[in-house]
Amino acid sequence: MSARFSPPELAGTDFEHPLLEVSLGPHHPSTHGVFRMDAALDGETVVKLKPVFGYLHRNHEKIAEKCSYLGSMPFTDRLDYMCSLTNNWGYALAVEKLTGLAVPERAEYIRVILGELTRLINHSAVVGFLLQDMGAMGTPLMYAFREREKILDLFESLTGARMMCNYMRFGGCRCDLPPGWIGQARGVAAKFPLFLDEFEALLTGNEILKARTEGVGVLTPELAVNAGVTGPMLRASGVNYDIRKVDAYGVYGRMDFRVPLGERGDVFDRYMIRILEMRESLKILDQALRDIPDGPILNLNAKLRNLRPKPGEAYGRIEGPKGELGFYLISDGGPNPYRYRVRPPSLINLTVLEDMCLGQTIADAVVILGSVDIVLGEVDR
Amino acid sequence: MNGAGIIKGLVETARNFAGSYHDRERLTTVQYPEETLPPVENARTLPFLVYDGGDAMAGLRCTACMICEKECPPQCIYIIKDQARKPDYMGKMQLQPKVFDIDMSVCMSCGICVEVCPFDAIKMDQVFELSTDDRFAGLLFDNEKLARPNEYFRQLHKTEASEVDARREEEKRKAAAKAAAKPPLPGGVK
Repeated sequence: MSARFSPPELAGTDFEHPLLEVSLGPHHPSTHGVFRMDAALDGETVVKLKPVFGYLHRNHEKIAEKCSYLGSMPFTDRLDYMCSLTNNWGYALAVEKLTGLAVPERAEYIRVILGELTRLINHSAVVGFLLQDMGAMGTPLMYAFREREKILDLFESLTGARMMCNYMRFGGCRCDLPPGWIGQARGVAAKFPLFLDEFEALLTGNEILKARTEGVGVLTPELAVNAGVTGPMLRASGVNYDIRKVDAYGVYGRMDFRVPLGERGDVFDRYMIRILEMRESLKILDQALRDIPDGPILNLNAKLRNLRPKPGEAYGRIEGPKGELGFYLISDGGPNPYRYRVRPPSLINLTVLEDMCLGQTIADAVVILGSVDIVLGEVDR
Repeated sequence: MNGAGIIKGLVETARNFAGSYHDRERLTTVQYPEETLPPVENARTLPFLVYDGGDAMAGLRCTACMICEKECPPQCIYIIKDQARKPDYMGKMQLQPKVFDIDMSVCMSCGICVEVCPFDAIKMDQVFELSTDDRFAGLLFDNEKLARPNEYFRQLHKTEASEVDARREEEKRKAAAKAAAKPPLPGGVK
């Protein structure tokens, strides 16, 4: 009997077999900034994956503990630089809880309008980036950015800046809406559904998108809840938890909207949840732009400078476009917080990356990362 | 049918491609150095110092109160007080800055200095073509480089400037009335 050629044993058997270690990032264009994944591959399959972050660490929390309360407001813009206004809102909410400042009704409505516009920007951009990660070079992203420009124009005419808005203040907002702004915002909100329809015609039925996303990167609701995942990722797994409904902060209690939920928790559900949330945001926008009352935009007792809250602690949280964005403050009665802590949604959503990627191919790992929706400014702080 | 979704998507791409030739909604690109967008009134980039009258250094509204230096989040403002005083618009003697430097490479355009200034002395500019090959001295602006006339401020931020001008006129009028009422007439009736 002649010796026959036998192929080498593959990994996963008892024999020792070297795995290929691939370091994705921190310069890789699909890692959304300076994020790195250390992946151990068996062939193309991911058997181990370690997220590495910290390349964009800017000492945000410690700087805020040295700054006055007002002084850290512009720094919060730089956390999640796609949605600076929701960051402002979360921080303002925490300080308002700490000091017990009430916010006038008109300011609450302005905050809701800006928060929902920010959600539109974030979700349309993240869908564009997700498609970019899948290899649809440019087209969906450029369409998303084209619509984003129109909303950024609104931000610029109101706050003076397109991205680093620095608009909200403790007890209200910095300046009133310029004349004609509400009409412009209505115009943008009225045209946005047309864009969404086109976007869906381009993407939702696309067979390649379905093949790349359906059944990929499944996140079970149990794991999502245990890991503290929030936002669209949690709802894509079918858990009904939206802080706009749970806390009803601002004037969200008066708004009529639904919370879309996913069934399978795969990448396609996360894509679809974001499209549906944009449609719900448009509903909220319509109601808020219709009902916005006249009145002051800043609490008369609000102090701009020399804010010294009584000793105590407060946790303010909002439903940011990426998930639960929380600010935890401890005051010792001084002009700057004794402790300032950010609960960044992207960082905590990123912790389940390995669980979603195991057993998938390396190409799918990139898509799964795209569906998590991270901004490194917020992950690393 | 397999492939129907892709064809539907390609129709969408074709519509956008054709539309970009005649529809402004579908092509928002501006060919920047040749054409620019109209300025936005509220837009802000970097701070400048406002002065009244013809002489920039004599008419500077800044009174070197140091509030902006203290409140500036990235700490990019540096002020040294001048011992000599000068009268302000209400005739009150005020301090003035000997040195007023802003490091433009550090400034993050947040506009907090403008909000906290009680004298309307510092406002936000709208310039953005500031690139230089000298990143240290070239971007450290002193008070002469920062000073801009009030007319410039009016041009940039019409609404805000008219509010500020009206308020200052009102204060000036009140101060003048007070000054007129203050010295009692010698031997006059009470």
